[in-house]
Amino acid sequence: MGFRIEPRVNQKIAYYVLLLMTIITVLVLFFIIGYVFKNGLGQLSFAFLTQKTMDMGKGGGIFSSIVGTLFVALVAIVIATPLGVGSALYLVEYTRGGPVRRVISFGADCLAGVPSIIFGLFGFIFFVIHLGMGWSILSGGLTLAVMIIPTIIRTTEEAIKAVPRSYREISYSLGVGKFDTIFKVVLPASLPGILTGVILGIGRAVGETAAVIFTAGSSHNLPTSLFSSTRTLAVHFYILAREGISMPKAYGTAAVLIIIILLINFAAYRLMHRFIARYY
Amino acid sequence: MKDKIAEKILLLIACSAILLLLLITFFIFQQGLPLVLRIGFGNFFSAHWAPTRGFFGIFSMIIGSLMVTFGALVFGVPFGLACAVFLAEFSSSAIQKTLKPVIELLAGIPSVVYGFIGIVVLVPFIRESFGGPGFSVLSASIVLGIMIMPTIVSISYDSLIAVPKTYREGSYALGATKWQTVVMLLFPAARSGIVAGIILGMGRAIGETMAVIMIAGNALKIPGSIFDSVRTLTATIALELGYAAGDHRAALFACGSFLFLIIIILNVIAIRITGRK
Repeated sequence: MGFRIEPRVNQKIAYYVLLLMTIITVLVLFFIIGYVFKNGLGQLSFAFLTQKTMDMGKGGGIFSSIVGTLFVALVAIVIATPLGVGSALYLVEYTRGGPVRRVISFGADCLAGVPSIIFGLFGFIFFVIHLGMGWSILSGGLTLAVMIIPTIIRTTEEAIKAVPRSYREISYSLGVGKFDTIFKVVLPASLPGILTGVILGIGRAVGETAAVIFTAGSSHNLPTSLFSSTRTLAVHFYILAREGISMPKAYGTAAVLIIIILLINFAAYRLMHRFIARYY
Repeated sequence: MKDKIAEKILLLIACSAILLLLLITFFIFQQGLPLVLRIGFGNFFSAHWAPTRGFFGIFSMIIGSLMVTFGALVFGVPFGLACAVFLAEFSSSAIQKTLKPVIELLAGIPSVVYGFIGIVVLVPFIRESFGGPGFSVLSASIVLGIMIMPTIVSISYDSLIAVPKTYREGSYALGATKWQTVVMLLFPAARSGIVAGIILGMGRAIGETMAVIMIAGNALKIPGSIFDSVRTLTATIALELGYAAGDHRAALFACGSFLFLIIIILNVIAIRITGRK
């Protein structure tokens, strides 16, 4: 056959196509963040962050949503961290392959792939109705806890694996038992990695909508207890944008959301890198 | 003694993920399945959805979900693979170190923000360029494509990186170019990871809710073209759960059960393909 592209030319073309596609991807990210900031940063003010929501969202600020988000995320990590870290410890320190490990891993992997609307349905029927917690910070937080457990398990697993074997061996050689070795040597050594998982879990909790709107509800009053219904930032933003209540307020809320997500990702990235640098 | 007790407690904790998964399965199916059995599978998979009048057919939403999921793959897979290959094979470690977190950040952006950008930027653009309502299969596909990319990039990247260095060296020694090595050697060697990434991306697309509600239009009919409005299973659940009661609510849980089943099947396939190390 006559026409054949010279491999070196082909290589050049492939390189530039891949480069272009990667640049487009990065530009999409910058566009999204830039667009939200361009329209939203101007809305931010001390008053916007510290005033209660008024007029169904047309007026006032987002203080009640900030408080609500904080508490929902707090409930989620308080519940999910011990479960996630405990699971990871068991997986790494107590199992070597075998069916138990496979079943536990399968559970975590499957849970990680479950879409948030399913968590919303589950939280609604289980926490809100079956356990009678109603639309509340507690129901929302518990639902999110179930959702972020796999994130914490996976990150913690990696962190614990990264702790060199020699740490454990030295501890054993000094006559320290397994339990004390894990809790006094392995756990402290892997703390930054574990923290990364927790921070990423908070990020997922803050950005989540479908799972919290049916469990924490959408009240824009300042929550007074764990049983108060609340409207997290993401839900507040969704309601403002979808019902066209107030575009400026929607942009402002989106900017706050993006800033939080950027900070969380940055913190997680820095922690993980410092941690990796220590052991590799 | 202390060690034994600690091990038992940790085992109990470690079972939490699988127990929660079973709990979710139980409650979703317990709420949805009785209705499906009562009205029969024929009615459940018909195209007639009028829940307040007792018609619970989800066929048009299944088609809707499949269309946007397929559309998401059309946009997400080429770009995801391109980024993964570029990162793994064509960039220095300094570029990798900056680009990876940037792409991971894409996964951290809340889905409502994607939906919002869809409404204010993409929908008007599609309306003006192609006509139609703008809220369409196409808009939803593009946004979902962007949303599933990080999943595809990170899993494909990991499996490309995992291919032993000697493979590449052997290929270069035979005079193959980098690109030839990627296509003829690395893709086949990393195939399982790449496929798993695509399947997990599919699961994310079919399960995504908020972004889709905001940009797909949610009209209850099978779309005639990619510029038509479309409603997915997830959108139906989220739009109607707030006010549904009785059989209507049960029908939404039945939608959820069906969706859950698909997701679990996709997850199991992906997990089997990669085979945990």
